[in-house]
Amino acid sequence: MPQAEPLLTVSDLSLDFGTPRGRLHALRNVHFAVPKGRIVGIVGESGCGKSTLAHSLMRLVPGNADIVAGTIDFEGENILELGERRLRELRGQRISMVFQDPMTALNPVTTIGRQMYEIQYRSKRSSAEKRTAAIEMLERVGIPDAASRLDAYPHHFSGGMRQRLCIAMALLTRPALLVADEPTTALDATLEVQIINMLKDLQSDLGCSVVFVSHHLGTVAELCDDVVVMYAGEVVEKGPVREIFHRPSHPYTQALFECDPGRIKEKTRELPTIPGELPDLRNVPGGCIFKARCPKAFGRCEREHPEPYVAEGEDHVARCFLLDEEEVAA
Amino acid sequence: MSALLEVEDLRVRFRTIGSLRARIRGVEDPFIDAVCGVSFSIREGETLGLVGESGSGKSTIARALIGLNPVADGSIRFDGREIAGLGERQYGALRREMSMMWQDPVGSLSPRLTVRSLVTEPFRIHGVKGRDLDEEASRLLTMVGLGPDFASRFPHQLSGGQARRVGVARALALDPKLVIADEPTAGLDVSVQAEVLNLLGDLQRRLGVAILVITHNLNVVRHITDRMAIMYLGRFVEQGPTEDVFFHPRHPYTEALLSANPEPDPDAAKERIEISGEVPSLLDRPKGCEFHTRCLYAQDDCRRVAPGVTRESETHRYTCHHPLSE
Repeated sequence: MPQAEPLLTVSDLSLDFGTPRGRLHALRNVHFAVPKGRIVGIVGESGCGKSTLAHSLMRLVPGNADIVAGTIDFEGENILELGERRLRELRGQRISMVFQDPMTALNPVTTIGRQMYEIQYRSKRSSAEKRTAAIEMLERVGIPDAASRLDAYPHHFSGGMRQRLCIAMALLTRPALLVADEPTTALDATLEVQIINMLKDLQSDLGCSVVFVSHHLGTVAELCDDVVVMYAGEVVEKGPVREIFHRPSHPYTQALFECDPGRIKEKTRELPTIPGELPDLRNVPGGCIFKARCPKAFGRCEREHPEPYVAEGEDHVARCFLLDEEEVAA
Repeated sequence: MSALLEVEDLRVRFRTIGSLRARIRGVEDPFIDAVCGVSFSIREGETLGLVGESGSGKSTIARALIGLNPVADGSIRFDGREIAGLGERQYGALRREMSMMWQDPVGSLSPRLTVRSLVTEPFRIHGVKGRDLDEEASRLLTMVGLGPDFASRFPHQLSGGQARRVGVARALALDPKLVIADEPTAGLDVSVQAEVLNLLGDLQRRLGVAILVITHNLNVVRHITDRMAIMYLGRFVEQGPTEDVFFHPRHPYTEALLSANPEPDPDAAKERIEISGEVPSLLDRPKGCEFHTRCLYAQDDCRRVAPGVTRESETHRYTCHHPLSE
């Protein structure tokens, strides 16, 4: 994705979780870039590592996680090598995050206003200016009567409003990168649409980059510029949103789209599924990670691990041997 | 076919503050109507979908049907018998014929019981004698596509989809006439969601059981239900045959819900009908049509007069002063 200069580049990232039954290889050789001013969607099913990846961008990983290889390059620094102090400077300042559950993301015992001033603790502005900035941001995210709501506590707000608050807080420091981990999963459909549209407007106003994690293909299609598809801890396909949605090249992406009921226009009683289960990541099988469930698997998938091959269209790659020129020629 | 379940003008009320406090504060009506005069029926072997956003009263209806929420007013006739207001003991027997699939697939299974005990629990609860429980367990597990090997597992060894299948097996253990499925696909991935929906559809065709599906996901309703009803603030705003409602919605809320379903296509026409605001509080219901605060087409009369039910056809009904044209 070389259209714009990359803001964040994740190269060859591998992460293990230590568990009582052995090491679980949750991310393996993940590689992707987030260009400046673009929205990158990370999609995949539960357990594919998308949230782990999102959290590791800020190094917010639990104690049993072990980053075994790779670099995360952000504005010229490798996040994985930074000291705690420098990391604190980045978090909430240059990179900020919106979490999945708006009900637990806010501090229940302090007012919204206080939480919104606190988040600007690095700013040299006076408290009156901080207050103005907070009010302005609350208005932008569509909280009516923002000035008087500063004294309210989180429990005074509904789920949708709280997610708006979280987004306001995350953007208050004008970060260069916003990481949103399934921000609409806990919300109703009509609110989801409102939040998505709001995120889109804010992103184009503020010009920040966004990493948007979701399992909902519809919202990704609507919001994102580029898409990274993950399966069992690997990036199996990535490319611009139109390429991915119109010409999915990896059999997993194809299968995922096929079983989305939103895509099936005719009423049917027999919906397509992906037979089989996720492989055990404690004991990662050799060869292609998707081979056991892939309808198109052949001998080579069993033996070798596929490289990202170039698919049709610009900047579109997929880890599938079907795209290898040798196979195409044969 | 005769109606298996007939609900008329069902009301479920919850107390908001204690009676003493209400008297001290001078509150005359310390109740909220979570379900407010809902009527519908389900015929044998039919699937009805209840759709609405959080807090619209879908799950409250389900709980009222199986006697877990008190019914304030209205009638529920099941299999020709009035069941609203029956005692706990009579309801116990009734739950053999009307079973429930709970919303949280893992949370609704006891973590200390094996899958075998879980799926045969209905036999023990209802005192069904003379059955070989091992045989029943393997029959049920095979029926839901898990296989008898699962009998010795514990819930924590199941994935979300497998736990859901155990829930289906439990609900179907005693051959009920009606299954109430509360959010059968919540929290499942699309591929697993499709498996569960296929399973439900398949079992329904084979066993002829009637299903009430409660969901906020319109895609779920689309593919497995015969009829659907849309709820808003404890009332039905529209109900009718699923295809009819999908292709010719008459209520603006239905239209907005249908439109709030983002299509997995970046080039899809973005003529979205986006409604603003959130669901109002049940404590402070809007006057007139309750949807007017968010409705794009609201006019003066909507703010003053509550619309009555319009019957477009035998089966398709809605409550709106200014319905959308076909």
